Amino acid sequence: MSVVDRQEWDVVVVGAGGAGLRAAIEARERGARTAVICKSLFGKAHTVMAEGGIAAAMGNVNEHDNWQVHFRDTMRGGKFLNQWRMAELHAQEAPARVWELETWGALFDRTKDGRISQRNFGGHEYPRLAHVGDRTGLELIRTLQQKIVALQQEDHRETGDYESRLKVYQECTVTRILKDGRRVSGVFAYDRESGRFFVLRAPSVVIATGGIGKSFKVTSNSWEYTGDGHALALLAGAPLLNMEFVQFHPTGMVWPPSVKGILVTESVRGDGGVLRNSEGKRFMFDYIPDVFKDKYAESEEEADRWYDDPDRNRRPPELLPRDEVARAINAEVKADRGSPHGGVFLDVSTRMPAEVIRRRLPSMYHQFKELADVDITAEPMEVGPTCHYVMGGIAVDSDTAAARGVPGLYAAGEVAGGMHGSNRLGGNSLSDLLVFGRRAGWHAAEYAAGLAGARPPLDDVQVDEAAAEALRPFSAEGPVPGEEEGRPPENPYTLHQELQQAMNDLVGIIRRESEMEEALKKLADLRVRARRAGVEGHRQYNPGWHLALDLRNMLLVSECVARAALERTESRGGHTREDHPAMDREWRHINLLCALTDPTGGLAATDPVRGQITLTRETTDPIRPDLLALFDKEELVKYLAEEELSSDQL
Amino acid sequence: MSPDKKVRPKLATGTEPHLNSGGVRTGTRAAIAAPHLRTDRWWLAPAATAAGLLAFIVYSTWRAFADAHYYASPYVSPFYSPCLAERCEPMPGGPNWAIFGSWWGISPAIIILIFPLGFRLTCYYYRKAYYRGFWASPPACAVAEPHKKYTGETRFPLILQNIHRYFFYAAILVAGILTYDTVLAFRNEHHEWGHMGLGTVVFLVNIVLIWAYTVSCHSCRHIVGGRLKHFSKHPVRYRMWTWVGKLNARHMQLAWASLVSVALADFYVYLVASGAFDDPRFF
Amino acid sequence: MTSYEARFKVWRGDAEGGGLEDFKVEVNDGEVVLDIIHRLQATQAPDLAVRWNCKAGKCGSCSAEINGRPRLMCMTRMSVFDREETITVTPLRAFPVVRDLVTDVGFNYTKAREVPSFVPPEGVGPGEYRMMQEDVDRSQEFRKCIECFLCQDTCHVVRDHEENKPAFAGPRFLMRVAELDMHPLDAAAETGLDRKRAAQDEHGLGYCNITKCCTEVCPENIKITDNALIPLKERAVDRKYDPLVWLGSKIRRRAT
Repeated sequence: MSVVDRQEWDVVVVGAGGAGLRAAIEARERGARTAVICKSLFGKAHTVMAEGGIAAAMGNVNEHDNWQVHFRDTMRGGKFLNQWRMAELHAQEAPARVWELETWGALFDRTKDGRISQRNFGGHEYPRLAHVGDRTGLELIRTLQQKIVALQQEDHRETGDYESRLKVYQECTVTRILKDGRRVSGVFAYDRESGRFFVLRAPSVVIATGGIGKSFKVTSNSWEYTGDGHALALLAGAPLLNMEFVQFHPTGMVWPPSVKGILVTESVRGDGGVLRNSEGKRFMFDYIPDVFKDKYAESEEEADRWYDDPDRNRRPPELLPRDEVARAINAEVKADRGSPHGGVFLDVSTRMPAEVIRRRLPSMYHQFKELADVDITAEPMEVGPTCHYVMGGIAVDSDTAAARGVPGLYAAGEVAGGMHGSNRLGGNSLSDLLVFGRRAGWHAAEYAAGLAGARPPLDDVQVDEAAAEALRPFSAEGPVPGEEEGRPPENPYTLHQELQQAMNDLVGIIRRESEMEEALKKLADLRVRARRAGVEGHRQYNPGWHLALDLRNMLLVSECVARAALERTESRGGHTREDHPAMDREWRHINLLCALTDPTGGLAATDPVRGQITLTRETTDPIRPDLLALFDKEELVKYLAEEELSSDQL
Repeated sequence: MSPDKKVRPKLATGTEPHLNSGGVRTGTRAAIAAPHLRTDRWWLAPAATAAGLLAFIVYSTWRAFADAHYYASPYVSPFYSPCLAERCEPMPGGPNWAIFGSWWGISPAIIILIFPLGFRLTCYYYRKAYYRGFWASPPACAVAEPHKKYTGETRFPLILQNIHRYFFYAAILVAGILTYDTVLAFRNEHHEWGHMGLGTVVFLVNIVLIWAYTVSCHSCRHIVGGRLKHFSKHPVRYRMWTWVGKLNARHMQLAWASLVSVALADFYVYLVASGAFDDPRFF
Repeated sequence: MTSYEARFKVWRGDAEGGGLEDFKVEVNDGEVVLDIIHRLQATQAPDLAVRWNCKAGKCGSCSAEINGRPRLMCMTRMSVFDREETITVTPLRAFPVVRDLVTDVGFNYTKAREVPSFVPPEGVGPGEYRMMQEDVDRSQEFRKCIECFLCQDTCHVVRDHEENKPAFAGPRFLMRVAELDMHPLDAAAETGLDRKRAAQDEHGLGYCNITKCCTEVCPENIKITDNALIPLKERAVDRKYDPLVWLGSKIRRRAT
């Protein structure tokens, strides 16, 4: 019998970002006793980094906006690979989710008549992003956090205990989903502060852990983004969808090295910032792809007129979708037309008066002033692509957010796949969190209630195995790491750096077959070495140990990205193949699913060719005819294969 | 099911009050013996504040009790205006009304100074200045204070700081009278209108600073608009609040500037009245 | 790129005890203190505990005291120090230490729960909220707060007097009360909750002696004292020390 502490809940939510908190609120409001587990302090989740806004077709600024237009923009942005039912639900429900935030105390920027103001953003036809200056993510997190506190206060009034129905376990990490047969039975976790293990028994688990950016060297993501949720789902037997699609945000800081990757918000370009190369040329005019030719300006004069008169001019090419801009910057740097520190110039200083810059972009002004000693009102910024978001993720049912093949497992937010297709539009992530966070919490609570007395039991063997796995870096079992072959133990920090370098160089923004094969070899090598990762000290708040455990997840997820990227022989959205530069309509309806090669969940597979991950192809459901009818036929022929178009609905 | 006690309830950890008051050296905190680890000259600001305030206290005490050299036609020292006792020097057209009879035996400045003194003593800026400078509560940010116990402004006498607003009303009256004095300064020593001297300029500068300090007061900001929940329903008060807010951001500078200017105006009157200096007349 | 070797003193230990440990460590152009702490982790002290997240001044996790001043490690550039200077990094000294640079900030979460939440107005449905920009400006400033708790750490009311912790919410949460009291649609009053009075009676507003250290350390440059605490004090005066109001409440009490 294992001696690990246990508690019982109806729903356990892993992750306390926007999606996790929204799920927890929904589950609790539907009567489920709900626990939230997060790696950081409550309220520090990566969602706070979101700057631009929440996309929702409320039509406050332009009354022509509606969910159909939003749906269309989302599908275009994702190059029609989106799980269309998710995109539909998302566009339909986003306004209600934003309005609901107001009833919980959120304070968005206002229009003249007192409604929620909305701003323009790349890929959105109308001004659509509800925002609060350039700190919308913070407002979102704080509002959800305070709503949770409000619910706890309610519980306190009724039961005398704040945490009787909704509790946040902060600074705790989940390392395994526990199962009873195919069904979820709970989670195994450790408390980062004390290092102690504990088990939460629950029939429903919602994964809302965010992304995978920390597998890449240059990233806008925080340390938490180690792909934990992706790996937990894989290990629990749920497949991941389209992991090759990783969004590189075109504008991250490149200098100084310590801040390389930190985001420079898209609003800089939305408000008039332009991209120039070392020759002073606005190079984006050379990179407008055919599918967008008629929507973007051809001359600087026309582009400049757009800011004041968007109805009679086409938008500047700096506002192309993120994947296009990121590739263009990459190409300029490769052609030796980059800035001194390997980026390009993003300039607002010659475009707007200094005080306007300080008013419209306060946090960018401070970010550059304080971190790079650059006064953006006087000189251009240096920017380059940075790993920002993963479109791929846990394959889920569109309506219920249930993960495939594992009853009781749900996923929402960045960790879930499908919603954004091959490329996400700015602003669609925050609305995604709210719409599908709520749906995940709702269905998780319903599933738990449906089981009533017949809850899946915990398996002590699994608990013991999970404990042994987590203790491995201390060599609590077996030979001392490193001593088995007379080699010193591996430093987890070094392994992490090598992994990041490999993914950045070999599976980065532009991909080649040979490099990805090399990456798979490197990953196999790292996998072997990671088993010997050793740590010093004890279990109390030991960051070396925490990193050693996170390495497992990053290696699993990185392999998914590399394998899927190698398989997909086309370029689309966040996946660019130098050896297959064109978008291929035949790939439009193909999903790539990653599953664990060894379904028993063991991680012994170290064969570089075979690896831990098995890929399968799957044909997607045809898009519902009434949704297809929202597009012009001329547009659809660019994306859809012949047989999809021949359906008579068009 | 009740939560297992062995797992620490995360949100409640460490909130048990440890009632031993060791300040930053309280048992559960990081064991660091030094009361602070600041390496900059943190003591400079409180020391300068204390020195400045002390200098004013010494000067104003001397002048307030001096009961002499406070009127040199057409100028009346701001320390003695309005002059409300029978013993006041006659000030033709000036603000002296013998409300207090001959029984008032000491300097008439004492009657009136209580109001500007009370205004400044309860002022939100000066409170910060003397709590830091004189009381060392705290001496500077993250520098341990020497007191064993602290109750702030929760009880007598410091709870009286809450009457700042009433001193503000009084300060408006006093500023009004000083404005009147400044108008009177446009006379010559024979009380004829349309003249100006160096003293007039001194008085003008002083009254502008006094008004700026008075209306930049936090209580004023609250009264003109800060107390409203909906600015949009009171556009005029909103504009006033915005304007006072801009001045309020300079409250500290105005507090010092007006403190110096009022002392200078008094000193100028003293110099002229005592005959040490002759007021240069412009016209 | 130029680099040099800097001298650091980092507090290491836990609730049982500890002390300042000396390190010599490489520093490169443009780095911040958090980079140096990470370099120590990767090269000299793999189990050095530190809390951090975004590394861009947006999440408020990496609060510590650098040369005795409460600051965010990710926003403190090494270039503000002399190369010869020894840089001392300690955990926040107002909260119980957990390990190395990590403290138990549970005090703040307890206080957060003691502030009654936003009360939505009755009869106004989602989507029907109408608020003017000038009415939300004030509360929006307070909502810039990233909850780094530097203000809570530096406030002498609790930093120097542990015994005041039960009675005093601290600048962060008094500001939260102000934020809600200034929210144009908060309907707390309709439910009988007087936030102004509660600030004084429940959250210890009177302990604040407006010495402004909270404003000085705020990395978001929120004017905590001038825009939240003092207005809140004035609002409490409206309720409690205004003689007319006081008289009115006496009369009303007698009448009932």
